[in-house]
Amino acid sequence: MVQKIEKKERMKIQRAQMPEQAPEERVRNFNEVPHGLTEEQALSEAQRCLECKKAPCIDGCPVEVDIPAFINLILEKDYAAAARKIKETNSLPAVCGRVCPQEEQCEIKCVLAKKFKPVAIGHLERFVADYERENDLVQIPAVAPPTGKKVAIVGSGPAGLTVAGDLVKLGHEITIFEALHKPGGVLVYGIPEFRLPKNIVQAECDAMRDTGVTFENSTIVGKMDTIDELFEQGYDAVFIGTGAGLPNFMGIEGEQLIGIYSANEYLTRSNLMRAFDEEGYDTPIIRGTNVAVLGGGNTAMDAVRTSKRLGADHSYIVYRRSEAEMPARAEEIHHAMDEGIEFHMLTTPIKFIGDEEGRVKQMECLKMELGPPDDSGRRRPVPIEGSNFIMDVDLVVVAIGNSSNPLIQSTTPGLETNRWGNITVNPETMQTSRPGVYAGGDIVTGGATVILAAGAGKKAARAIHQYLTNGAKPE
Amino acid sequence: MPRVVDNVQIGPMTWKMRVEVPRLVAKAKAGQFVIIRVNESGERVPMSIAGLNKDEGLLTIIYQVVGKTSALMTTVEGGGEISDCVGPLGVASHVENWGTACVVGGGIGIAPVYPIAQAYKEAGNKVISIIGARSKENLFYEKEHGEVADELHVCTDDGSYGHAGFVSDVLDKLLKDGAPIKMVMAIGPVPMMRVVTRVTKEYEVPTWVSLNPLMVDGTGMCGGCRVTVGGETKFACVDGPDFDGHAVDFDILTKRLNAYKEQERRAMKKFLDDPHCRLAESVRQFTYPGTK
Ligand SMILES: Cc1cc2nc3c(=O)[nH]c(=O)nc-3n(C[C@H](O)[C@H](O)[C@H](O)COP(=O)(O)OP(=O)(O)OC[C@H]3O[C@@H](n4cnc5c(N)ncnc54)[C@H](O)[C@@H]3O)c2cc1C
Ligand SMILES: Cc1cc2nc3c(=O)[nH]c(=O)nc-3n(C[C@H](O)[C@H](O)[C@H](O)COP(=O)(O)OP(=O)(O)OC[C@H]3O[C@@H](n4cnc5c(N)ncnc54)[C@H](O)[C@@H]3O)c2cc1C
Ligand code: SF4
Ligand code: SF4
Ligand code: FES
Repeated sequence: MVQKIEKKERMKIQRAQMPEQAPEERVRNFNEVPHGLTEEQALSEAQRCLECKKAPCIDGCPVEVDIPAFINLILEKDYAAAARKIKETNSLPAVCGRVCPQEEQCEIKCVLAKKFKPVAIGHLERFVADYERENDLVQIPAVAPPTGKKVAIVGSGPAGLTVAGDLVKLGHEITIFEALHKPGGVLVYGIPEFRLPKNIVQAECDAMRDTGVTFENSTIVGKMDTIDELFEQGYDAVFIGTGAGLPNFMGIEGEQLIGIYSANEYLTRSNLMRAFDEEGYDTPIIRGTNVAVLGGGNTAMDAVRTSKRLGADHSYIVYRRSEAEMPARAEEIHHAMDEGIEFHMLTTPIKFIGDEEGRVKQMECLKMELGPPDDSGRRRPVPIEGSNFIMDVDLVVVAIGNSSNPLIQSTTPGLETNRWGNITVNPETMQTSRPGVYAGGDIVTGGATVILAAGAGKKAARAIHQYLTNGAKPE
Repeated sequence: MPRVVDNVQIGPMTWKMRVEVPRLVAKAKAGQFVIIRVNESGERVPMSIAGLNKDEGLLTIIYQVVGKTSALMTTVEGGGEISDCVGPLGVASHVENWGTACVVGGGIGIAPVYPIAQAYKEAGNKVISIIGARSKENLFYEKEHGEVADELHVCTDDGSYGHAGFVSDVLDKLLKDGAPIKMVMAIGPVPMMRVVTRVTKEYEVPTWVSLNPLMVDGTGMCGGCRVTVGGETKFACVDGPDFDGHAVDFDILTKRLNAYKEQERRAMKKFLDDPHCRLAESVRQFTYPGTK
């Protein structure tokens, strides 16, 4: 137990700076950028928390992690207990500690945020989760006696994994169906190794397998069995966590040229198919010398930083609004800047130009200015007439979002969707228009965050358990 | 992991593999495809369905050795396993009774048009099949097509067997002679499909082609398989693979297929040059007969 110090003294402690790989070194490898806090740093950072009674930080967290309680356990040096405290409401702390947009969730609400810097909640969350995993302290949870009920989970992203983890503990028989050959969803195919090492996701899935969850990879529900057929096979409830689907393109001239990828394709080739590892894997990828990534979200930052690591001389972010409107996590933007990514703000491409072989070589762009706010409350970018200019590029990655994958909806009669094709649910129970069928994560909200997907999974698991123990079986 | 029942060579560069995937086979229809992965570090390769044995749950794929992954496939022995076989992917071929329908298969395309011919036949059509290969030794499935088709035409580019010339020449002649063909399904190399659509355009016969752009996931997630049809962007893995041949932009398709030529050549070379790799050794023997 660390000696507690006066509140006034606590406020004098500097926020811990996470050690990280130097930019010039890390742009040449795919290893994780921040190394994680040392134990000493974690203890010092934990001291900064004022253990507020009402703890506003908790309200900022979509799954209401008991932040002061877990930080207190750090001060008791019982790091595994701290990790378990977090896991009471968030099953993926090693992931969330790394990828949550803390600066707009838990940390922005921290009482220290106004006058000082907020407590580094995400860093601490990562610290305890890593400590637990690296020291083999992860406990296989006690599992309730079998209930005889079977639940099918479609998709193994954070939403599906959370539902599986919660329901298996309650004694239900759980099978996760995953279309790709590896489980994890965006955590494995989208977010790069240098931001979220894949062995962490693997460890989460392994722990779940050890608890009794069955994984059926390379199985596409809707193509193989439909939801109705799963019920016929004896499943009592189904959870749909199929994520955001089809990538959006710009819809401008020349988009079919070679060297124009969606972010999904580019990142899948590099992450899931491990094209960055030319020695060990066969996946080809276009490496590019001058790379433009279109967009300003996390996906765009991941793509542009990947391109630098794959050897680009110039990697550009081309974004139609200004830096203030960029939806990416602050940390990712800073990391990108440190790595020498060049930002072209208020710029939009209007045409791609190719060579005789059909490879992209240039991109015609327009400069934009910010007009009055639009529906999203952000100022709408408007093109400046006659501001056209040409950029030389040999690789373009389009990272402007996804629209929903229609596969499940189109093969499940009576499943209601909204006008964007997202599945509509009761926000309290995550139940869809079909009894016994629940949904959550990006397939409901459109592209959102890991913790929101996991939070939806929590809610759904609770409701599914209720339904299986009290509810009637659907006809 | 899916079990490979047998995997046999049926031509100089052509192999036939049967995989036991009963749940997939129960759902699969003619015109769809699967994606397989041979091993953990392998690529995901799309393969058309070339036969379905619903009773035994067996899927047949017929493949040509063109690069590293297809070469690796030849090394899987009967009784062995492959890492993954996912599907059925894509939309099944549209089938109705038009009266007389014609399937045209060129090269490796002879394989996927076979189950489609069967489906056309089952729907009550009179089926005319035209199959062609570079030479006699590259031809396969003649017997199978013969059993389904009401009328079978076989041709080779070099004239070593059957009619000398291209499948499109045969089709042109049939149409010229007034064959009552109401629908054509053509599968084969891009240049072949393009010529077939030119021929049928002239006679205004609706024509389906099955497109084979490069793919990654096969589920509509990556957009790598995008093709231009009637001026619109389509994802071949979910919207296709069959499209209206008269609306397809074959120029763009041809270019996009060459995206990784250089990298693929290097991967193959590196693989074959590795003196310690036992797999490479068996592939070397096969790809370059007589060399060790
Ligand atoms: C590049 C990138 C970076 C991101 N960075 C961050 C970040 O830093 N912080 C953050 O909080 N969020 C981030 N996000 C968003 C976050 O990853 C998603 O909101 C989250 O993963 C959604 O979880 P999910 O469970 O709904 O679906 P997903 O993670 O998308 O998983 C869905 C899974 O379902 C599978 N599936 C789909 N259809 C079927 C079917 N019919 N049958 C079987 N399986 C199917 C898919 O293959 C996939 O594996 C990022 C997203 C991307 C793309
Ligand atoms: C829907 C679909 C169905 C297919 N069905 C079959 C089939 O039944 N039998 C079969 O043999 N092949 C089929 N293919 C093509 C097959 O997937 C490729 O030949 C295979 O991926 C090549 O892998 P490789 O590593 O051996 O060669 P690579 O080293 O990847 O490529 C070698 C050469 O083949 C070309 N190539 C690569 N991918 C394709 C492709 N998708 N289409 C055409 N040429 C390609 C490359 O440009 C290169 O010139 C199909 C493709 C699609 C998209
Ligand atoms: S889950 Fe995310 S938002 Fe919640 S406390 Fe942890 S880092 Fe903060
Ligand atoms: S608001 Fe900040 S100081 Fe207060 S309990 Fe939460 S983390 Fe600690
Ligand atoms: S192969 Fe990825 S969308 Fe078609």
